[in-house]
Amino acid sequence: MKKVLEGSHAVAEAVRLAKVQVISAYPITPQTHIVEILSDYVTTGKMDAKYLRVESEHSCMAALIGAQSSGVRTFTATSSQGLALMHELLHWASGARLPIVMAEVNRALAPGWNIWNDQTDSLAQRDTGWMQLYCEDGQEVLDTTIQAYRLAEIVNLPAMVVLDAFYLSHTYEPVDVPDQDEVDRFLPTYEPAFILDTKHPYSLSPLVTPNAYMEMRYDIAMAMDDALEQFDRVEDEFAKIFDRRYGAVEAIDCEGADIVFVTSGTVTSTGRLLLEELRPRGEKVGVLKIKLFRPFPVEAVRRALGKAKKVVVIDRNFSFGASGIFAQEVRAAICNVPGHPPVFGYIAGLGGRDITVKLLEEIYFDVKGSSAPRKESIWVGLQEVNRAT
Amino acid sequence: MQLDALDKELMCSGHVGCPGCGATIAMRFVLKALGEKTVMVLPACCWSVIAGPFPQSSLKIPVIHTAFETGGATASGVRAALDMKGDTETTVITWAGDGGTFDIGFQALSGAVERNEDFIYACYDNEAYMNTGIQRSSSTPYGAWTTTTTGADWKKLRKKNIVEALVAHRIPYAATANIAFPEDLIRKVKKAKAIRGSKFLHIYASCPTGWRIPSEMSIKIARMAVQTNIFPLYEVENGVNYTINYKPKEYLVREYFKLQGRFRHLKDTDLDQIQEMVNEDWGLLLRKAGEHA
Repeated sequence: MKKVLEGSHAVAEAVRLAKVQVISAYPITPQTHIVEILSDYVTTGKMDAKYLRVESEHSCMAALIGAQSSGVRTFTATSSQGLALMHELLHWASGARLPIVMAEVNRALAPGWNIWNDQTDSLAQRDTGWMQLYCEDGQEVLDTTIQAYRLAEIVNLPAMVVLDAFYLSHTYEPVDVPDQDEVDRFLPTYEPAFILDTKHPYSLSPLVTPNAYMEMRYDIAMAMDDALEQFDRVEDEFAKIFDRRYGAVEAIDCEGADIVFVTSGTVTSTGRLLLEELRPRGEKVGVLKIKLFRPFPVEAVRRALGKAKKVVVIDRNFSFGASGIFAQEVRAAICNVPGHPPVFGYIAGLGGRDITVKLLEEIYFDVKGSSAPRKESIWVGLQEVNRAT
Repeated sequence: MQLDALDKELMCSGHVGCPGCGATIAMRFVLKALGEKTVMVLPACCWSVIAGPFPQSSLKIPVIHTAFETGGATASGVRAALDMKGDTETTVITWAGDGGTFDIGFQALSGAVERNEDFIYACYDNEAYMNTGIQRSSSTPYGAWTTTTTGADWKKLRKKNIVEALVAHRIPYAATANIAFPEDLIRKVKKAKAIRGSKFLHIYASCPTGWRIPSEMSIKIARMAVQTNIFPLYEVENGVNYTINYKPKEYLVREYFKLQGRFRHLKDTDLDQIQEMVNEDWGLLLRKAGEHA
């Protein structure tokens, strides 16, 4: 049934439909709308679940680790500082092979205090062993959250559904909310192989010597590789029931394009408008949307970018001392392709500054007029900065 | 002595505790009292190692090892999941050291107890970070040498009173216990198991390695801690009702301190000062229990 929902509400609806049994959360703007609704669903009996009102994000993830290890489906949502506080336990969740699903609303890290959109928080967690799925609109948020449970429970790895602060979390859009029985057909009951069970007493996550640790890590690496294939399978199954599919990447007008923009999250929608603006004027431009960031779809990225003359990566994030993080990943993905195109890295929209069609157009013509990148990262839209000496 | 507990051992041989380890003795008694329908949450502590490396375990109950500061939170999640599965019978117990309880895990413990999660939090207290090599914690007593309070820098701050901190939460049940008093320990574990809501057990667990005592002195020192009023045995119900379980005759703390290498540097004047502190704490406890010295 079509409903007009906030991005946050789309997450909450998906969590309800996934029949999550333990929710744990700590308040942080801008993810609060998600968990407020879930708290209400639990209180009013719209969901048969426990809601743990914990005293920190760190405890939140610890509680989910305990709950998931006992054999139930779990959920939380967080942002920014909250995600950073969870960092230690993000490693724990993946190391313990727990398919926890979390919604992460991209928000800038302090200081200075900034509640607006920025991807550095989630991208800084890229090495924690969590799958990361970046969403573009409310429908994708709802669908991806449901899919994330299926995928996570197949490969036994946790998954982060990532959505932009305010642009997505607080924007109302029409969203098709599926029926429960349709979701039940897609998402089977959670039945893990190893749980805390007094009849079969396992010791979970114990001391591991150098004799076994490396194999356990390799097992995670293989599961992450497998997740790339399983993602496609899950999308196939999903499409059969719901007739919607997103792809690990989506190549928009990339065929025959000289310049391809690489985008993620809501900037992709701005990129679609850029195409509407430029293509009628004869500009050969395309957009490659990256949805799946971990595991990184290297082959799909190579295929989509291999024939471009220039690649532009729009990063609403930054790794100090290096470059935009998507740009790093794209460079790494294509560096072994003979004759690969140059990658132009642009940093834009940090801390919630708007990335407009006009800005993307300026970037396009800047790239078109350059034979090679002037710098590894070009920060666009900067005001004059008086640097202290 | 006949103990009112399982004949069966839920902790088996092959553990890697040090000789005379009080934490190991404590585990054995606590599991005997709890029985098989128990899930244990084990944040980083000596027992993370004592239980044995993968793929072995010296514990015959399901155990979830977890991060240092998460004892209260992980147990909250386990409890929630068991409840959702309709299992309200299984006991969830967090088994943590003093570092994981008094220091890094205090927030998660406080949060869990404020929410009155239905679980037992047992802290086996060996009065320092023993697993990492005897570094001071907020449970390390006044006067102690540790590897981070050496020479003239021996600890000159009092031990945190963890039971009183929990009592301030109006926790349904808080009690101290000691490996040298197994009947009392087992009774308290069983009592805690029967009460719904949060329960806290503060278990004195001597550490021959860290305290610089011979392993065969482990129980004797533990007993003396109670006999000298350094570690009184008492319980508190609902944050209000105090019961003192053992009232010793006037033993001097000096005897307890003299036997331990970690206190070797203390002068008689220091010991006099410590005696005053112990007397003061005991007087305070008597007042709370509505009793007189």
